Amino acid sequence: MVEPEIKIGSEEAVAEDVHADAGEFVHGTSLWRDAWRRLLKNKLAVFGLVVVVVITIASIIGPTLIKRIFGFTPDYIPTQNIQLVRSFPPFTGLDGKFSWLHPMGTDNAGRDQLARVLQGGQISLFVGIIATLVSLIIGVSYGAISGYVGGRIDNLMMRIVDVLYSLPYVIVVIVLLAMFRSQTPRGQLTLLFIALGSVSWLTMARIVRGQVLSLKNQEFVLAARATGVSAPRIIFRHLVPNTLGPVIVYTTLTIPQIMLSEAFLSFLGLGVQAPLASWGSLAADGAQNIAIFPWQLIFPGVTMALTLFSLNFLGDGLRDALDPQMRTT
Amino acid sequence: MLRFIIRRLLITIPTIIVVISLTWTLIKLAPGNFYSGEKRLPPAIEKNIREKYGLDKPWYQQYGKTMGNILFHFDFGTSLRFEGQSVNTIIRRSLPVSAAVGILAYLLALLVGITVGSIAALKQNSRWDYASMALAMLGISVPNFVLGPILVLIFSLSLYWLPPSRWAGFPSRNLILPVLTLSAIYMAYIARLTRAGMLEVLRSDYIRTARAKGLSEKDVVIKHALRGGLMPVVSYTGPALAFLLTGTVVVERIFALPGLGNYFIQASLNRDEPLIIGIVAFISITLLLMNMLVDIAYAYLDPRVRYQ
Repeated sequence: MVEPEIKIGSEEAVAEDVHADAGEFVHGTSLWRDAWRRLLKNKLAVFGLVVVVVITIASIIGPTLIKRIFGFTPDYIPTQNIQLVRSFPPFTGLDGKFSWLHPMGTDNAGRDQLARVLQGGQISLFVGIIATLVSLIIGVSYGAISGYVGGRIDNLMMRIVDVLYSLPYVIVVIVLLAMFRSQTPRGQLTLLFIALGSVSWLTMARIVRGQVLSLKNQEFVLAARATGVSAPRIIFRHLVPNTLGPVIVYTTLTIPQIMLSEAFLSFLGLGVQAPLASWGSLAADGAQNIAIFPWQLIFPGVTMALTLFSLNFLGDGLRDALDPQMRTT
Repeated sequence: MLRFIIRRLLITIPTIIVVISLTWTLIKLAPGNFYSGEKRLPPAIEKNIREKYGLDKPWYQQYGKTMGNILFHFDFGTSLRFEGQSVNTIIRRSLPVSAAVGILAYLLALLVGITVGSIAALKQNSRWDYASMALAMLGISVPNFVLGPILVLIFSLSLYWLPPSRWAGFPSRNLILPVLTLSAIYMAYIARLTRAGMLEVLRSDYIRTARAKGLSEKDVVIKHALRGGLMPVVSYTGPALAFLLTGTVVVERIFALPGLGNYFIQASLNRDEPLIIGIVAFISITLLLMNMLVDIAYAYLDPRVRYQ
């Protein structure tokens, strides 16, 4: 019912591109270039891409840059002119007067909030990316194997996914993190990757399986099989690379979800532990002082929301660009 | 239809057993126990308590007893932390709090989400569409533990309109902020789902037929389009319930509400084993039964599902 319209739409898009490329016949429009062009047309997605890149770069080099220019680290606690109250609003120095030194104010101990937020971004993004990689590896392998092998095994594997889907997995993650609480911040961080990664691969597995099912009877797979390529090699060399589009899209949408879960767990005191800090744990600390020092919550909270907002828009834009069939949603 | 229900039940019961077993195993595998906290008990007293709660028995007997009591008697045992209180009592006391906040939040989300989503779909690519979808994206991106304190800051600490926290029975003004905080993200999700579902349906043949036979636009939308367009929202009910539960954990924490989520976090941090297992079991059973009901409702609403 809906398909004809979409087809017309994408043919038009292709025709448009061919027309645009009429001068240079040698370069065909590859899927990726076509998608990139479509992405650039989407203003919101470009906005998302720019914000994500800026925040990532700022988080990576920011703390070092602040150290070079102003001479303090995110953990620096001032020892001179100690006052009872050390948390000051944005653009206020520790003497209570206007100052360019702390554009996001200072926290309870008098530490610079901008540096803390940037450093927190390192941890938040790091957890988001690593845990997403964990879920990516599990999900893609599981889905590809299930789809390629097919038959009863496929049925069983997908029933397992169905059962796991209906579990209240966050509850299980909370129990896991609370029970196995590590004494070291690094240990807790590793636990966090494993816990978050191992519960968020289900949708990825379904998507990849669907793709593999539609690919596995195509000629290039038959050709590979006929020339005696082993099954694991067919799966990971021939089939998985062809599912890249949807995988990239879903990965972009998984990162904000995992970052949100990490923040949620850190807020409850089960995620990132001091002296490490993430946006979630900074916001948790700030939430306790909301009545007196609102900037302690607002800056980490808004930075995080902005990042998630941008990642979601980027993900949506990528989906529209790489997967024109999904455009309506 | 009956076969469908029976098949769903056959999947649901093993799932409940899997969840309880998984939680049980996690707790037993973890190093330390309830008594390994800061205050060390004299060994003789610890031994007595362990005997009282049956913790001195071999693991398969403990497992069998816990599982048997839950499945056959719906009895979750006695809390270690809250002495003398059975887990059932604690659940009975805290469930109304969580349920009140959760159900109100979900109803609010449905009302606002469906309205905004349908209007956005009907006026696709208009300014209203873009604005509401950007707002919905914002709703998905702002974590509830950021939104909650900010709402408190605005409405309680600056404007003095609403109380900032505490449970004051149902209904009360204390519920407004927790419900708003909790429902924001679902409003956003439901608005997006409704818009997507409606856009697809509005293009379909039966809507064209309805328009062609001269029905008013109101009848077309309300009687025909909404029924098909809301299918994604119905199927989202299952996951939404699960997320509502985790959302209540944070919201109850922010607004100091004595609900199930608050007890669950406390129990996890205190290693109050019976209470953890009890709440996990209770939540899973509720969730899975709700999911089953949603699936049955779905099959009932959408004839295409029934014949599969």
